[in-house]
Amino acid sequence: MRNVKPLYLLSPFFIVIGVFFVMPLALIAVYSFLQPGEYGGVEWHFSWDAYTRLLFERDFDGKLTFNAGYLIIFMRSLMLAGTCTILCLLAGFPIAYHMATRPERHRGIWVLLITIPFWTNLLVRTYAWMLILRDEGLVNGLLQHVGLISQPLPLMYTPFAVGIGLLYSYLPFMVLPLYATLERFDWRLVEAAQDLYADRGQTLRRVIIPISIPGILAGCMLVFIPSIGSFLASDLLGGGKQMMIGNLIQMQFGFSRDWPLGSALSVVVMAIVMLGLMLIARKGEGTGGLV
Amino acid sequence: MAEALVLKHITKTFPHPSTPVRAVDDVTLTVNENEFFALLGPSGCGKSSLLRLVAGLEQADAGEILLSGQDITSLPANKRPVNTVFQSYALFPHLTVADNVAFGLRMQGKSNIGGAVIDALKLVQMESLADRMPAQLSGGQQQRVALARALVNRPKLVLLDESLSALDYKLRREMQGELKRLQRETGITFILVTHDQDEALSMADRVAVMDKGKIAQVATPPEIYHRPASRYVAGFVGLCNFVPATALGISEPGEVGFRPEDVSFRTSGIAGQVTQIAYRGPVTHYIIQLDSGEEIIVASPRNDAAVPGARVNVNIDRGRLIRCAT
Repeated sequence: MRNVKPLYLLSPFFIVIGVFFVMPLALIAVYSFLQPGEYGGVEWHFSWDAYTRLLFERDFDGKLTFNAGYLIIFMRSLMLAGTCTILCLLAGFPIAYHMATRPERHRGIWVLLITIPFWTNLLVRTYAWMLILRDEGLVNGLLQHVGLISQPLPLMYTPFAVGIGLLYSYLPFMVLPLYATLERFDWRLVEAAQDLYADRGQTLRRVIIPISIPGILAGCMLVFIPSIGSFLASDLLGGGKQMMIGNLIQMQFGFSRDWPLGSALSVVVMAIVMLGLMLIARKGEGTGGLV
Repeated sequence: MAEALVLKHITKTFPHPSTPVRAVDDVTLTVNENEFFALLGPSGCGKSSLLRLVAGLEQADAGEILLSGQDITSLPANKRPVNTVFQSYALFPHLTVADNVAFGLRMQGKSNIGGAVIDALKLVQMESLADRMPAQLSGGQQQRVALARALVNRPKLVLLDESLSALDYKLRREMQGELKRLQRETGITFILVTHDQDEALSMADRVAVMDKGKIAQVATPPEIYHRPASRYVAGFVGLCNFVPATALGISEPGEVGFRPEDVSFRTSGIAGQVTQIAYRGPVTHYIIQLDSGEEIIVASPRNDAAVPGARVNVNIDRGRLIRCAT
């Protein structure tokens, strides 16, 4: 019986993967090649139309003209996600470093503190930021009370507010993998670096950061991927002045009733993320296989 | 001889929830230039703490550290011309062997370091593995890289923190010889921390035996072995029998000591009975209960000198008796 490979034992695995991962994605991929139904849904006729409309606009007489509208939205979302990732890394590394260098019995408390925001819905927490940043909000109220300013600072509906919102939403996703890496760090290497004439800055740049690369990449991925599709911060804190990919996709499945276009947009976002991951994986080959 | 390192009244106490631990207690010590010096003691005696104080990885509570006459007491580790070979080697896992060795020179901002790195790798016979990553090396090879990484900087002092203890017996013997050779060839002062008395006695020019944060004795290996300053030292650097002087027919108060190899079987002499025999290869240990009641160990090159239960007579070399106050 030893030679019989009981593949059926793997069936729970295949069922879970199939139902929760493969099927929804396959559905989206299939929908992107169909035609929109008049009142939502799809009509089962194969068509490249959704993909064509990503870059071209169809005139009344059926002529195609180049339209960079969606492309701009794509680029804007990528830029925002990139900025968000960099901000999270800059803020998250010192936090994770601090946590990892606390006595072992204190670290659990720090991890708990970092995960507390997950106990509440992101929408509610973003509204809370509106209360903090608006003209009559906490920050302006406090600054006026102290007498530092006479007029409220225009904090809401600015890129600054969007940045704060994104940083706030995704910071834990950066801190936790960084912490996991730094917690396992062999601090004797820091002593070795100091013994070999490295000052604090050199120790950080030449030893701690290079060895933490797997954690940094993991954190960046966990922040970058969801933040591409994010639209809450830009909607609520930025005033929805600029459309994001997330808004656009949501719109296609909502009042635009253009499911194929929404699906095509989703497939393109996935393709971009996948390409990015493959690049990172190739670069990260020597980093211990964590990515 | 010029002094490479002078420690004056060095004290270091580590905080501890119940009672603070005085790891290094008023240590005054001089290490000469070009010397192979060993700090010997059991674990927890403060020898590693003392080494970390010299490296600058810990700061002393009190006392002065002079390196070639310069006061380095308050200098941080990265400003001291002292390099350490760590017990765990602490090689940088993300750098190749060559980059590990080059690290110290790069941090000092030196250029044209390729030649120095190759020379250092040649010194430890690792030049063929310069492009390997540390994880691809055996323990002995990592040890050699760690040595090259320290030696390439031509420091005033190389500190070896139990550097050989992670290696197996045969490799350790090899590396002991290698270390001696490297110290002679480079002319750099070495300080070796070890709990292995064989290692200390066979390698060092001078040995400091430490006990509970204090220096028990500093002397050459033969002096440490044959004229230990205390019973503690005598017991730590080898086996030592201690019996009342009267048991050997010497009329003086207190106890005298002697090494097992300074006792020999005779037809007449001090009488006793063999209780146990332990074969040790080059020598055999006979545990003998003297008629006066004391138990002693006798080491003999012969393994058929007596059988358990046999009545024997032994003679102790009077010229090699060890007399120490405590």
